Amino acid sequence: MIPEIGHFALIIAFCLSIILAVIPSWGAWRRNTGAMALAPGLAVGLMVFVGVSFACLATAFLQDDFSVKVVASNSNSMLPPIYKFSAVWGNHEGSLLLWALILSLWTAAVALFSGQLPLLVLSRVLSVMGAVAVGFLSFMLLTSNPFARLLPGTPADGNDLNPLLQDPGLIIHPPLLYMGYVGFSVAFAFAIAALLGGRLDASWARWSRPWTNVAWGFLSLGIMLGSWWAYYELGWGGWWFWDPVENASFMPWLAGTALLHSLAATEKRGLFKSWTVLLAIFAFSLSLLGTFLVRSGVLTSVHAFATDPARGLFILVFLALVVGGSLTLYALRAPAVTSRVSFEWVSRESLILCNNVVFLVATITVLFGTLFPLIMDALGGGKYSVGPPYFNAVFVPLMALLAPFMGLGPVSRWKKDSTRRWRQELALPAVVAVLCGFTLPLFNASYNLWVALAVALSAWLVLGLLRDLWYRVRGAATLATGLRRITPSYWGMFLAHLGFAACVTGIVATSQYNIEHDLKMSPGDTEQLAGYEFTFIELVPVRGPNFVADEARFEIRRDGEVVARLAPQKRRYLATGQVMTEADIDGGLFRDLYVAMGEPIGEGGAWAMRLHYKPMVRWMWLGAILMALGGFTTVLDKRYRRQRSPAIAKGAVHVAQA
Amino acid sequence: MHPIRKQRLYLVLFIVLFSSAAAGLVMYALSGNINLFFPPAEVARGMAPVGQPIRVGGMVVENSVVRSDDSLAVAFELTDYEANVTVVYEGILPDLFGEGQGAVAAGRLDEQGVLRATEVLAKHDENYMPPEVAHALEQSGYDEKGKAQ
Repeated sequence: MIPEIGHFALIIAFCLSIILAVIPSWGAWRRNTGAMALAPGLAVGLMVFVGVSFACLATAFLQDDFSVKVVASNSNSMLPPIYKFSAVWGNHEGSLLLWALILSLWTAAVALFSGQLPLLVLSRVLSVMGAVAVGFLSFMLLTSNPFARLLPGTPADGNDLNPLLQDPGLIIHPPLLYMGYVGFSVAFAFAIAALLGGRLDASWARWSRPWTNVAWGFLSLGIMLGSWWAYYELGWGGWWFWDPVENASFMPWLAGTALLHSLAATEKRGLFKSWTVLLAIFAFSLSLLGTFLVRSGVLTSVHAFATDPARGLFILVFLALVVGGSLTLYALRAPAVTSRVSFEWVSRESLILCNNVVFLVATITVLFGTLFPLIMDALGGGKYSVGPPYFNAVFVPLMALLAPFMGLGPVSRWKKDSTRRWRQELALPAVVAVLCGFTLPLFNASYNLWVALAVALSAWLVLGLLRDLWYRVRGAATLATGLRRITPSYWGMFLAHLGFAACVTGIVATSQYNIEHDLKMSPGDTEQLAGYEFTFIELVPVRGPNFVADEARFEIRRDGEVVARLAPQKRRYLATGQVMTEADIDGGLFRDLYVAMGEPIGEGGAWAMRLHYKPMVRWMWLGAILMALGGFTTVLDKRYRRQRSPAIAKGAVHVAQA
Repeated sequence: MHPIRKQRLYLVLFIVLFSSAAAGLVMYALSGNINLFFPPAEVARGMAPVGQPIRVGGMVVENSVVRSDDSLAVAFELTDYEANVTVVYEGILPDLFGEGQGAVAAGRLDEQGVLRATEVLAKHDENYMPPEVAHALEQSGYDEKGKAQ
């Protein structure tokens, strides 16, 4: 019964989304206030019904209702309850329902928290989001119904969730990632609404900026969690593979980063307006493309769970409609928007332009590397694969190019600055940064040019930030009042740039100083690695809720003292018989020690073991968390909560009278 | 020239130069880092280049996996039931690697036609066949158990 309620709620949600897409935009066109005023209510209704539908599917999973197809193929009665719940989105149909749920949450959030928005704009924005919802809900109802039953022929027990997905990281990774992906639909909706209304001004940028920042923050967190999950769950200690599915989430992030910088210039200076709109369209299109790549099964990738050409075709057509439609609208409306604002070359605008060019080129190179194998395959050119060396060769120089400009950014002034001032302000940071590059890597055993470069660039970034912070608090009576005077949006920028510096340092240090030994070990054997002594003590069998495992007990000593005891496992899951490596890690701010089991070799209980020493690997995830926090912090800024400014209020009155 | 025009000119020049540099970088990086897939039958016919990075995929032949006793070296054969390719690899094999299962090995062919693999990929769950292996079997006309279709 419950699955039928869920299905029914989904159909109602679909009808609501059609009404939301049609009526308010008709109202906005005819200036019919009554029709426009329906939008917020419809948005909330949409959220309620998609929510009910999601709750029904979750209930089916938690109650082990194996008559529902997705439950039977992705859950098992022995599965711990928390994984039964996360299994809801560990499959194609359920993850689409999560997509729809999050889209409806964003839509409702826009409806509820946009009191200061003129009704005309609000109704257009919600309508666009409703149209996106129509696409996704019809996709689910037509091709991927999560509530399809297996009647008759209900199995006694389910197939179990893929053991790789039975992990705390994977409980929250997809929701966070989707919060980011789908969050760009808000920026997209604002951009389309602005094009429809023919009004692109600073207030438009001010409305869409907080939404974009929050979505970007969620996406950063989601990507970070995915990388963290790959690190400890896939069992080979890598943290980024340039896998197409990773790229699918990374491309919207890159475009989104360009977008939020460009939005800053649009809000503060009224510049780059049509460019910003284009970036908003681009970021959301890449989110859709990511969904298409992952969900259509076109990828030859470890993550792709779904393969069904009908689904692929549907998303492709949907993608073409969204991208084609919005670009057509852009072509028709954008030429009317011209900025009469000029800026000098030596100014913050130029630096933001550099940021945009670098991030856009980075997006395109990643897009090219991701799509190249697909295009060659489709054209019958053979089955190519583009490996990590390509992405590293292209991506690393681009990011290195970015860092020098990033150090200048916070210090620079809008409109017109002077290189003389930059020299005065930044001569000291530049010298100190170079010194840091020379000295800091000396703390490690081997000096390395790449690490030195990364440290110097990061130090340049951080010192530039601190220098600027110092100028801002300098005039205040006390340090505390000075710090209090700084706006949340400035703190957001500060945190995010700091996070970027931490990320760069962590990535380069761990790539250069990482030590990895794969070897055969018998109980009692000891291996030296980076000054640590790894001793394989014993092998014991253990039993989990839905698996049996061999567990290797390791003791790690440094200078004779035990620093960690690790117990990696080789698990065999009972329902499927699937074998899984469960690595064990001793984490720290400056180094991780990592042990994973390979396979048994020969006689006498010997195993292939993988021992890693990974310095500063956590800096990269901490950096990503800082970036996300930065994105969230900017929203606290008072100017985003200011009551209607007179001009906007007048506009609303005008609409009401029309 | 009008200052705004001049600014635009510089802007366009900057973007053009930067994008062509990036495009050059992309082409250079791509030329050394893509590899093409070959089914064992094509390797046996000598269609795969020696010494270039390639991938070979097929089913792991039963009883062909030979491990060294004192290191992580391992040798096995991949087949599409038309021809076999010997693969040597040193390292830890993925969890779902096994005899009679599909696998893809990436590496370089030596003069003897042996693939010196730097990476071995197996399927990722019980029901999933690497797409390249599925394609290779389709071409050779056998199913995954080796029966002619």
